[in-house]
Amino acid sequence: MKFQNLMASTGEWLRGEGPHHQVVVSSRVRLARNLRNRAFPGWAKKAERTMILELIKPRVEELPEMQEPFSELLQDLSALEKQVLVERHLISREHAAKSVGSAIIMNRKQTLSVMVNEEDHLRMQSIRSGLQLRQAFKLVDKVDSALEGKLDFAYDAKLGYLTACPTNVGTGMRASAMLHLPGLVLSELINQVIQAVNKIGLAVRGLYGEGTEAMGNLFQISNQTTLGEKEDEIISRLNKVIETIIEKEQDARQVLIQKKPNTLWDQIGRAYGLLTYAHAMTSKEALNLLSVVKLGIDLGAFPEDKRLAIDQLFIETQPAHLQKSTQQKLNAEERDHFRAQIIRERLKSFPKPDISKVAREPEPTGNSEPEKNE
Amino acid sequence: MLCDVCKCNDAAVFLTQIVDGKMQKVNLCEGCSKEKGVQDPTGFALADLLLGIGAAEEIEKGGSSTRCPVCGFTQADFKKTGRLGCSSCYVAFAEGLNSLLKAMHKGTAHVGKLPTRAQKTLALSDRMKTLTENLRKAVQEENYERSNSWRVN
Ligand SMILES: [Zn+2]
Ligand SMILES: [Zn+2]
Repeated sequence: MKFQNLMASTGEWLRGEGPHHQVVVSSRVRLARNLRNRAFPGWAKKAERTMILELIKPRVEELPEMQEPFSELLQDLSALEKQVLVERHLISREHAAKSVGSAIIMNRKQTLSVMVNEEDHLRMQSIRSGLQLRQAFKLVDKVDSALEGKLDFAYDAKLGYLTACPTNVGTGMRASAMLHLPGLVLSELINQVIQAVNKIGLAVRGLYGEGTEAMGNLFQISNQTTLGEKEDEIISRLNKVIETIIEKEQDARQVLIQKKPNTLWDQIGRAYGLLTYAHAMTSKEALNLLSVVKLGIDLGAFPEDKRLAIDQLFIETQPAHLQKSTQQKLNAEERDHFRAQIIRERLKSFPKPDISKVAREPEPTGNSEPEKNE
Repeated sequence: MLCDVCKCNDAAVFLTQIVDGKMQKVNLCEGCSKEKGVQDPTGFALADLLLGIGAAEEIEKGGSSTRCPVCGFTQADFKKTGRLGCSSCYVAFAEGLNSLLKAMHKGTAHVGKLPTRAQKTLALSDRMKTLTENLRKAVQEENYERSNSWRVN
C-alpha cells in the first residue's frame, strides 16, 4: 500500500461509529515489547538497530492481520509524511523523529499499527472509534501472542515484560481514550474532573494544550501504571472512569441547555458563522470552532449526516495534512488561508443551526459536581 | 528557577500532576520541554520525566560503578536519558530500580499476561534459581546437614 492510498482513505476510528462516539472519539491500546538481551533502540548502535529491525519487520508483515500492509522504513518517509501519520495518531511524535533503523507497519484499515524501534523494539497499537478499549486490546493481544512464538521477548518472571523505560514495565500496556468534553469545559467543571481522575492514578490531559487551554476540547485519559495490575483490570478501571465522565459530560450539556441556552446558541451560531465565512483561520481556532459545531450535531442543532465532514476536518485542517493535500510547503499565513478555504468548501451545503430541533431531556437528577472515583 | 533537566536554562514550563495523592512538580526550559515531548501530550507522561530526573539518584544506591554486563550501560547513562540500555539492565540495576518501581507503580510484581513460551521455561528456571540459592546459602552458613538435603532434592 502506498502513502497516497493511505492519505485518501480515513481510518476506521475516524468514522465515528463506535459506542459512545458523541463523547469518546477513539480508543487506543498499545503494547511495548523488546527482544531479550538486545540493546533497546535508544542505546543500540545503528548496525544493531538495523539488525533488530530486519529480525522483526518480516515477522510483523507476515501476520494475517497485516495483509497488503503499509510498511515503510522511517528514512524513506518525508518529514511531511511522518507528520501526517502523527496527526492521524498512527505513529508517535517520538517515532516520527526516527530515521535509519526504524519502521512502521500498519494494516489497510488503519486499526493496527506496529512501530519498530521506537523507544522499545516493538510498539503495537490498535485504535478504534468510540469506547472500544476491550476490542482494541483483543487485537493487539492476538498480534502479541502470534509474535511471541517467533521472537524471543524480554520477559521476567517477577517484572513481566521489560521495557526501555521503567514506567512501562510489567504489562507494557498503555490504554487510552480520546474524549470530546465541550460541556465540561463550557461549564468550567473540567479541572475538577481532571483532578479527580489524576487522584486515582489515571492521567488526563489536553490532547493539544493543558487543562482548560485544551484545544478542540479534546482530552486524553490513560493508565499511569503498568506493574501490579492485570491488563483486564486496568481496562475495567479505565472503562468505569470513562463511563462516569461521559455521564458528567451529558449532565453538563443538559444543564447548559436549561440554564444557559443563550450562551450555548450564541457559541454554536458564532462557530457556524466563522467557519462558513472566515478567510483565515489558525489551527487552534479551527479546532475550537469545529468542537462547538460537533457539539451542535450531538445536540441536534445540525443534521446527524454532517458528522463525518466535521470529524474529518479535525484531522484535515492540521498543518501536515494541509500541506500534503496542496502538495506544497506553506508558511503559517498561507496555511491559515488555505485552512479557511477548505473549511468553507466543506461547509457549503451545511444548513444553518436549528435550535428548535435540540433534544431537551428532563432536568438531570445527578448533581453536576464531579465525583471522586474512589 | 533553573530547568530540572538540563540545569542550565531558566525554566519556562511548569508542570504539576497528582498521582495517587502525591503531588509531583517539574520545571522545564523551552528546549527540554520540547525534547521531552511536553508539547505533545500524547507522548508525554510526567512519570517519565520525573524518572529521568529523580530516578537517577534512586538507582545510584545500587553502587555507582555498576555497569550492565550485557550492554555496557551505566547509571550515568540512565541519568542522562531516563531509559535503560537492555533487558538485562533490570538485573544489573535491580537494587536501585526496586524502590523506584515501587514508588511508580501499583505493585512490585507483574500479575498480567504470561507468554506461553515463558510459562514452561520460567517455571523450571525459577525452581533452579531457588534451589541453587538455597544451596549457596546453606553452604555459606556451613549448614552441611541442610546443604546435603538440598542436594538430594
Ligand atoms: Zn532544560
Ligand atoms: Zn543492559
